[in-house]
Amino acid sequence: MELEFLIEKTALVLVLFVLTLTIAAYSTWAERKVAAWLQDRVGPNRAGPFGLLQPLADGGKMFFKEEIIPSGANKYLFIAGPSLALLVSFLGTAVIPFGQNIEIFGRVVPLQVTDINVGILYIFGVVSLGVYGIMIGGWASNNKYSLMGAIRGASQNISYEIAMGLSIIALLMVTNTLSFKEIAAQQHGWHWNVLYQPLGFLIFLICAFAETNRVPFDLPECETELIGGYQTEYSAFKMGAYMFAEYINMFVSSVVMAVLYFGGYNYPGMDAVNQALGPTWGPLIGVGVMFFKIIAFIFFFMWVRWTVPRFRYDQLMDLGWKVLIPLAIANIVITAIVIVGFDLFNKL
Amino acid sequence: MSLFYVVAFLSIIFALLVIFTKNPVHSVLYLIATFFTFTIHYIILNAQFLAVVNFIVYMGAIMVLFLFVLMLMNLNTDTEPMKSTLLKVVGAIAGGCLLVTLIGSMKTLSTASTTAMDNTGIGLVENLGKVLFSDFLLPFELSSILLLAAMVGAVLLAKKENKTA
Amino acid sequence: MESLSGRKKVLEQKPMNFWERMYLPAIFKGMAITFSHMFKKKETIHYPEQQREFSENWRGMHSLKRDEHGRERCTACGLCALSCPAEAITMISAERAKGEEHLYREEKYAAVYEINMLRCIFCGLCEEACPKEAIYLDGPIVPSDYLRKDFIYGKDKLVEKPLKEIEAEKAMSR
Repeated sequence: MELEFLIEKTALVLVLFVLTLTIAAYSTWAERKVAAWLQDRVGPNRAGPFGLLQPLADGGKMFFKEEIIPSGANKYLFIAGPSLALLVSFLGTAVIPFGQNIEIFGRVVPLQVTDINVGILYIFGVVSLGVYGIMIGGWASNNKYSLMGAIRGASQNISYEIAMGLSIIALLMVTNTLSFKEIAAQQHGWHWNVLYQPLGFLIFLICAFAETNRVPFDLPECETELIGGYQTEYSAFKMGAYMFAEYINMFVSSVVMAVLYFGGYNYPGMDAVNQALGPTWGPLIGVGVMFFKIIAFIFFFMWVRWTVPRFRYDQLMDLGWKVLIPLAIANIVITAIVIVGFDLFNKL
Repeated sequence: MSLFYVVAFLSIIFALLVIFTKNPVHSVLYLIATFFTFTIHYIILNAQFLAVVNFIVYMGAIMVLFLFVLMLMNLNTDTEPMKSTLLKVVGAIAGGCLLVTLIGSMKTLSTASTTAMDNTGIGLVENLGKVLFSDFLLPFELSSILLLAAMVGAVLLAKKENKTA
Repeated sequence: MESLSGRKKVLEQKPMNFWERMYLPAIFKGMAITFSHMFKKKETIHYPEQQREFSENWRGMHSLKRDEHGRERCTACGLCALSCPAEAITMISAERAKGEEHLYREEKYAAVYEINMLRCIFCGLCEEACPKEAIYLDGPIVPSDYLRKDFIYGKDKLVEKPLKEIEAEKAMSR
């Protein structure tokens, strides 16, 4: 392995890590700002200009609060829960292409940590692991509410994973590949997958809300019924880890949606821009576009949270099993018919 | 090769822990760790698809359901059912049979010559899909029908309970 | 049941049509409404910097008044303490000495006058009980503090500033 390759990958991983942390931290700020704006309020504005230092203040508070481990709790698993949630949430960004190949100091660098052959399945697996943090934490707390939250989290994740997988299958029939890099490259210009898979995108979006446990699907931590759900017994930084994991999950699912359905770093007229700005600055604009899309999705997550009320538990299950899964299967069938139809049409 | 030994050692350790821990939830967690080491084995063998599917299906879905059921039943040492000596004897016989079968199959394996893998990409999705839908089409479809039958059975069971209630 | 008033309206619940059962149009409508609120005027008043105008019958922090010559009106009769339902007021009276006529209006005055702001319920009964028109609840909101003892307000915080000082301040601000 050459040294440059090692440096390049290490730098990329570090940048991604810091970026993910920063975005997650500022998501907490943005969440409160967006909530305030949607309710005719101002939001945090005391810590620094526009309250921009608020995440630091919150982090400091979390750090210095008292750590409480309930006496009836399983100590190791109690600590393992939030750690696992945070760890797993970080894994997702490894296979995401954040831009086209970029030329730095005469070296062509791909803006992707690793391009594995089964990228989408990898993301899918990592997402499905996310529920362990909730389950282990909820069970180890030795609290009825936590346990209820954990069980809800598990059943919700499993139910919505199926619809999510089925909606991805329809997408794969269009793209013919599982690699994120190729999927992103296929959507050159304005050939975004959302134009070919609108229904699939809708199903994926709804499932993404359920998988990240965001309102209207935040049943695992539903305050009105379960106090705090799986995080009832958590305090200080362990609780912060759960919160952070939620925001990182939101970031990762925004990234995945941006790449899979909204073209990632592609935008109409990108060829002309790339030619005008050269191989360094052109792709950087693409990265900017990508992050614009990601932030738009994060805003959408928050916008929905402060608009739509929470589902009842049976409604959640009904929606998952009786609506989304049949819809996703119908989507697969329709996609298949259209693809075969086009093939026949082209042969004629 | 050293990576293989480390991972193999870990998977054996975790597998033993699954059996020897008293708490069923811990047992399931160790089983998850065992499956994770299996995933690493698949990756070492360059079977990316198999690795990820093992990851999603076993670690991400089946073990979640295991945990789910265990948490719902809230098993602990007090509620553990009594184990009769008869059960132990039956268990030992069943385990012994499995061991004998395994040894027997291993013996036939060792006689077969090890075929070198010409195609390193055999574990990738495209190749796997082509093989599944050409050479192994019948077993593949049969297993899918089996799954469908199981699904219909599950739905029927659930429905029946609903009517009597 | 027969409606006695005859004004009962029977609400007719129609079964939802296809689009209503999809919920999505309703969700998008709701989201449009919340989005429009992003651009509306913010209702927040940035409290310490901006303050809302108090209503005319607002009862805030107490102030002990002075008369037109700048003398304290309070004569330490104790009626306010007696009327106080929360037992928040205590005082120690003293006799006016020779040469203090410009400070106190009556022959008796309150040497110590304390209100416990944690007990006070701002009912305004002290104001009504006072025969000398010496106490009014016309101040601002009582500020927060860290220690209980800091909420016991003495004469240093309660008594109105002398007229001269107020005029001097007004001149300064002009």
